[in-house]
Amino acid sequence: MLPAQQARLAADIAELADHHGRCRSALLPILQGIQRDHHQISDFAMQEVARQLDIHPVEVYGVVTFYSFLNTGREGRMVVRLCRTISCDMQHKDRIARQLENDLGIKFGDTTSDGRFTLQWAHCLGMCDQGPALLVNDQVFTRVNCEQVHEILENCRKTFTASGHVLTTGHGHGTAKEAFAR
Amino acid sequence: MSTRNPILFNDIPAESGLRRALEMHPLDIVAEVRASGLKGRGGAGFPTAMKWQLAAAAEGATKYVVCNADEGEPGTFKDRVLLSDFADLVFEGMTIASLAIGATGGIVYLRGEYTYLVAHLESVLARRRQANLLGNDILGRKDWNFDIVIHLGSGAYVCGEETALIESLEGHRGEPRNRPPFPVNTGYMGRPTIVNNVETLCLAARVLARGATWFRQYGTHASTGSKLFSVSGDCAKPGVYELPMGITIADLLVEVGGLGAKAVQVGGASGHCVPSRLFDRTLAFEDAPTGGSIIIFGQQRDMLAVARNFMEFFVDESCGQCTPCRYGNSVLLDGIERLEKGTCSIRHLNELKALGETMELASKCGLGQSAPKAFLSIIEHFHDEVLGREPPHFAA
Ligand SMILES: Cc1cc2nc3c(=O)[nH]c(=O)nc-3n(C[C@H](O)[C@H](O)[C@H](O)COP(=O)(O)O)c2cc1C
Ligand code: SF4
Ligand code: FES
Repeated sequence: MLPAQQARLAADIAELADHHGRCRSALLPILQGIQRDHHQISDFAMQEVARQLDIHPVEVYGVVTFYSFLNTGREGRMVVRLCRTISCDMQHKDRIARQLENDLGIKFGDTTSDGRFTLQWAHCLGMCDQGPALLVNDQVFTRVNCEQVHEILENCRKTFTASGHVLTTGHGHGTAKEAFAR
Repeated sequence: MSTRNPILFNDIPAESGLRRALEMHPLDIVAEVRASGLKGRGGAGFPTAMKWQLAAAAEGATKYVVCNADEGEPGTFKDRVLLSDFADLVFEGMTIASLAIGATGGIVYLRGEYTYLVAHLESVLARRRQANLLGNDILGRKDWNFDIVIHLGSGAYVCGEETALIESLEGHRGEPRNRPPFPVNTGYMGRPTIVNNVETLCLAARVLARGATWFRQYGTHASTGSKLFSVSGDCAKPGVYELPMGITIADLLVEVGGLGAKAVQVGGASGHCVPSRLFDRTLAFEDAPTGGSIIIFGQQRDMLAVARNFMEFFVDESCGQCTPCRYGNSVLLDGIERLEKGTCSIRHLNELKALGETMELASKCGLGQSAPKAFLSIIEHFHDEVLGREPPHFAA
């Protein structure tokens, strides 16, 4: 990492620590913030968090590696998480899985070479009556069919601007609000 | 007497429980909850009043009310519905609990998968602060100070276990603690803490609003009140249902359009698989308990595939702290693979059963203690379906 990037990351971490506090119980919110903004919690980030909170870096590492939504390796800017648990499984999640792999050109666990998408499995997302369900970053999509896989991904792609930044986590059907209107 | 939507989804004026609690002595609030017979809806069925009373009696000026909104049990989604459509009721319940035990801090531990609910929940909290339903001297009652913050999880099922949840809140790995000490004495930051499920807190608010006697007219003697069931799988009308405790599985299947099912998984991955000949069993703490998850399997389903799906879940989600769970789940999964290939001897199957029973006894927390249940019940009830399989034909 370039020194300028390191300085920016350190400043972001300082801001998160100002906001959440410099105590141990602020560790998870801080790490969640780093993951959200930088798509990764790098060695440098872990050391910097440890320094700011005055705890040992190994402690930070232990926490990062425990939680499945926190990652030491780089993730795409959009993380697609498809539910693999039984109710979605019975609603043909395997077909959605294949379509996702085909449309993204990657396998589960991988990240596209342009750094935009990561494809992951998730356990039950609490949408079992409306499966198959998936998350794109924080947004939930329900009753997904193969054609919608394409739509969802295209909508994500539209949110990448020329500079490569994400404007929003996507639009389209299946917002949480709609999903609740049973 | 209508048996649908009797308590939670009933049209009861907002904040009526809170307003009644406002006039009461904390001990009387606990007494009312005790009289209602309310038991925790998070799965374990611990009497809510006893938890509140222990925390109320614990020494200390700083105490916490934690709402367990980690809802990770496969097939459970009723807490999501409460948080999205009844957020005020959840917070009303937490606020009543704060008065009962003398807490000043409230925390909602919300699973990371539900991050999209945060904006809505924060706006409800802001409105409540404005209305003096939170903050200092709540509704004019002197020295009743209480506020609520939201804390997000990060994708770990075990953090729903209450001591792991507290570890996570404190910024640690979500590894369950030995108990005792219990959270009611040594909880968040070492302070007396009650951890209650979302639905439990909502029901407590209703108990205060309408009284214990009204509450007890629903349900059974040992399982009073209603229960939210998250119903999914092979049925015509999946969704969230509020029905009295003690309803039979058969009656529930009529409600949801699930007639002709082969089996029902009661209580999610941690629960039991009940075959059709036992559908007269009741959904209640004294018979077939459930935190709310009901997954219906039609005749066409392969029960071994069901067992595999659940076992993969536990292999992934075990925190790895103790051997019976860390090691046992992988061995059971390996056994399922042998059954799939048709290469499992009866002798080995018996060993797997014994291992499952050991896990139930020797695991440190509820995850490892309940992980083998689905496997064991499927082996028991679907013996013929599971044994002597033809190996699958692999495409070159
Ligand atoms: C592995 C595991 C996961 C759990 N997950 C949850 C959960 O997501 N929500 C919940 O309310 N309780 C969960 N529990 C139960 C809690 O430990 C605790 O008993 C419950 O929150 C107490 O609330 P109640 O008395 O209102 O039911 C879980 C328990 C275990 C062992
Ligand atoms: S039973 Fe499993 S989840 Fe619970 S403490 Fe042991 S290893 Fe961790
Ligand atoms: S099983 Fe997929 S959301 Fe619950």
